[in-house]
Amino acid sequence: MKDRSTRIGMLALGVALVFSARAHAQGDTIKVGVLHSLSGTMAISETTLKDTVLMMIDEQNKKGGLLGKKLEAVVVDPASNWPLFAEKAQELLEKDKVAVVFGCWTSVSRKSVLPVFEKDDGLLFYPVQYEGEESSKNVIYTGAAPNQQAIPAVDYLMKEVGVKRWVLEGTDYVYPRTTNKILEAYLRAKGVQSEDISINYTPFGYSDWQARVAAIKKFGSAGKKTAVVSTINGDANVPFYKELANEKISAEDIPVVAFSVGEEELSGLDTKPLVGHLAAWNYFESINTPANKAFIQRWHAFIKNQKRTTNDPMEAHYIGFNLWVKAVQKAGSTDVEKVIAALPGLETPNLTGGVAKVLPNHHITKPVYIGEVRADGQFDVVWKTSTTVPGQAWSAYLPSDKDIVADWVSLKCGNYNKATSKCSGQNYK
Amino acid sequence: MKCCCLSLGGRWLLMLLLATHTTGFVYAQSPADASFSGAVGALCNAAFDEKNKIVEQIVQSGHPSAQATLTALLEDRLYCRNQDQKVFLIKPAAEDSPTLSLIDPLTLTDAGSVSSDDVTRIITNNHLRRVLQTILARFELTSSKASVRLQAVKNIERDLNESNIQLLRERSDVETSSKVKKEIAVGLGLASLDSSDARERLKAISMLEGSMRQDVLNRLQALVEKSPEGTFVENDEHVRKAAEKAIQSIESRRSFYSGIQTVLFGLSLGSVLVLIAIGLGITFGVMGVINMAHGELMMLGAYSTYVVQLLMPSYIGSSVLVAVPVAFMVSGVMGILIERTIIRFLYGRPLETLLATFGVSLVLQQLVRTIFTALNREVKTPDWMSGTLQLNEALAITYNRLYILIFTLIVFTALLLVLKKTRTGLEIRAVAQNRAMAKSMGIRSEWVDAITFGLGSGIAGIAGVALSQVTNVNANLGQSYIIDAFLVVVFGGVGSLWGAMVAGLVMGVVDQLLQPYAGAVLAKIFVLIALILFIQVRPRGLFPATGRAAESQ
Repeated sequence: MKDRSTRIGMLALGVALVFSARAHAQGDTIKVGVLHSLSGTMAISETTLKDTVLMMIDEQNKKGGLLGKKLEAVVVDPASNWPLFAEKAQELLEKDKVAVVFGCWTSVSRKSVLPVFEKDDGLLFYPVQYEGEESSKNVIYTGAAPNQQAIPAVDYLMKEVGVKRWVLEGTDYVYPRTTNKILEAYLRAKGVQSEDISINYTPFGYSDWQARVAAIKKFGSAGKKTAVVSTINGDANVPFYKELANEKISAEDIPVVAFSVGEEELSGLDTKPLVGHLAAWNYFESINTPANKAFIQRWHAFIKNQKRTTNDPMEAHYIGFNLWVKAVQKAGSTDVEKVIAALPGLETPNLTGGVAKVLPNHHITKPVYIGEVRADGQFDVVWKTSTTVPGQAWSAYLPSDKDIVADWVSLKCGNYNKATSKCSGQNYK
Repeated sequence: MKCCCLSLGGRWLLMLLLATHTTGFVYAQSPADASFSGAVGALCNAAFDEKNKIVEQIVQSGHPSAQATLTALLEDRLYCRNQDQKVFLIKPAAEDSPTLSLIDPLTLTDAGSVSSDDVTRIITNNHLRRVLQTILARFELTSSKASVRLQAVKNIERDLNESNIQLLRERSDVETSSKVKKEIAVGLGLASLDSSDARERLKAISMLEGSMRQDVLNRLQALVEKSPEGTFVENDEHVRKAAEKAIQSIESRRSFYSGIQTVLFGLSLGSVLVLIAIGLGITFGVMGVINMAHGELMMLGAYSTYVVQLLMPSYIGSSVLVAVPVAFMVSGVMGILIERTIIRFLYGRPLETLLATFGVSLVLQQLVRTIFTALNREVKTPDWMSGTLQLNEALAITYNRLYILIFTLIVFTALLLVLKKTRTGLEIRAVAQNRAMAKSMGIRSEWVDAITFGLGSGIAGIAGVALSQVTNVNANLGQSYIIDAFLVVVFGGVGSLWGAMVAGLVMGVVDQLLQPYAGAVLAKIFVLIALILFIQVRPRGLFPATGRAAESQ
């Protein structure tokens, strides 16, 4: 009897030891927060980004982790619900004490978490092209600013395609409205008459496109070369492109250049009627570089599906993650203050053969590519910038932004007015 | 169009002679061969503007393989072999396989096969494709198919230069199809507007007056415009007057047809609303159950279409038709299941029903997400449903909308027949009107409840099949339509199928009439406000249910 109880006791002790060891190991990891919607309307786009971060963490751990510690992902689901983004961000920063967060897609979700990150002094890597007009101490913007996507795309259409008449078609929220404001100012500055610009907004998830597409067709048949600049976001794009195909608006007649349509969005579409329509991004899956090939291979192996595509925001997370790793190694700590101080000036190779460098305004340098849709849903690059373009937080084409600069190295301000020498802090408009 | 004023015809000979001189050192090949393969070979590393020039060279070589090679370039079937930078054509329909079978461009004979990693596709852009289309149209003008010839004439019209006009004139004499002939006449008419002879121009205008095309209108409007110096572009007064008259006539006809088009757009939008609302008209209208999961039953119908297409990938054309009964069964059975397990315990307690079915809708959404992932599923549109029915030059409706309009009418009629002409329908109406009386007549009201709910849910499934053709298939599909469905039912009158029909169509047409002025968002708000005001005046909707049961509700 005694023997047996001793044995049980030993066993219990053993089990306890194993558990405590595991608990100990868990305490000795670096936590990485992943704040992407896994349900709701944005799940379509954001789920892929969660998987990308998990893949990067997995690879880093296989290389031996960071600062001798393993990385541990903390995944939360803000469910495409903007206020919930703020709650989940708070949970990540205050309860889980994560060292860094990779997350958000829509600008409205970023605006929602911004106060939380600034109050709790967190660090957010934001991977999606956006409207600019913002530079926070606590955010690194790895997606494109307007001068790294919208302006070059319009330039391409104006100079290379000879477009004279413009339809700015967008979803009704902050990103398309601000981008179109900048584009309208830019086009007017280039001498385009106001009757040659048509701006229109539709709600999220809009699907009854026939009247709008017929109107675009009519606007485009006035004898001047017309193009559509689309800031339509999310899954409203699918019925929009279907309608374009149905009403036989070919890219040779009225090209549509999109800022939010990538390989992932086209994967649910028959792209044969859409051949030649354009997208402007800083990355395309079809770009043939060794780094990109290897990345696609690793992605297919990780997600266990050969048919999954890669896209621009995924590359942004790839760059962001590598930058963060480098910054932590440089700072020798995961302390947010030290990492943020270490970030400006850091460089990491991107997937298309260039270098992404963190600028003092917390944006990065990116190349700009214009791609034409081809029959298999991928893009052919038809134009690219010769070098990388530095991201500008504040647009030079808006009168209200002219004097504002963002510089977190020398000025320590994201919203500094050169004319009045005042830092407005976080009072964006 | 800055380039591509290829003046072919007479110049060909000259080019041929030139080619003979410059490439005389290639002994084995004929001169045309040499200039042709020289030009094709240069495609490998050319930038887009260089490619434009190369394409011209290929045409000017006059080589027999030129058409095949340029067609391949247009269709993305021209590749460059990495090891020796030689250009090859690829056999069609072999693009996805790992090995590609090569065709030599010069002789158009087989040239072995190669792994797809060892070749690079020669890419084109919009401008280059436009150039290629115009060039190839010259070859296609002699095609045996009238539709190909028609498209060819349209492509040539984009670039009306001397040689193209000549080509159209020649074709006009031998053309047999009246449609193509008419198109050629418009093309030649547009060309004669540039004629120096005022009588020619007058003749062209009177000919073009019969057309309703936008580009013809633009061209005529250019005639009556003043140049910046204040002088007329067209100096002959008679021609200007004729042009003005033609413009007026074309514009009045166009605005008439665009009015019809708006109404058609409205009816097609309305038919979608009707389709999603009549299923609800039964469960909510007839049974009085507020079923928040109705949208999810539509979603199940859409996913049924997706699964049917997965199961019969080579019969996409008929898959949609097969999906209709399948979706009806899937959603109908799911509806009966919901009714038997949840709703029947909650009859007479609308608030609890609302909450419980809302819960069901969330469960169904997450279930679909778990099975099919959160990504959009691609439901293919059959060929017979894509494209546009061009009624005339100013009036067109897309096939998918047209079929949905017809489909709605069929479903509506079938439902009316079921309710009015079958025994089940009689029992459903009896239970809806007076449950106690129906029971005392020997009707198993519980069974009828289940069947009614199943019928309404099944129609939601059918609506899902239609929605899969116009919107995205994902777990949120139902949510975006449920509110509209309730609006239509309330507007039409609870319990009235005819009400749902009229209400849906009216809402669709009003929405489309407002949209050009107010935009999509405001138009919807206006419709909503109008609806609220209407409900104030007629709380029971357009077609209120009558009878004792309705009064007592």
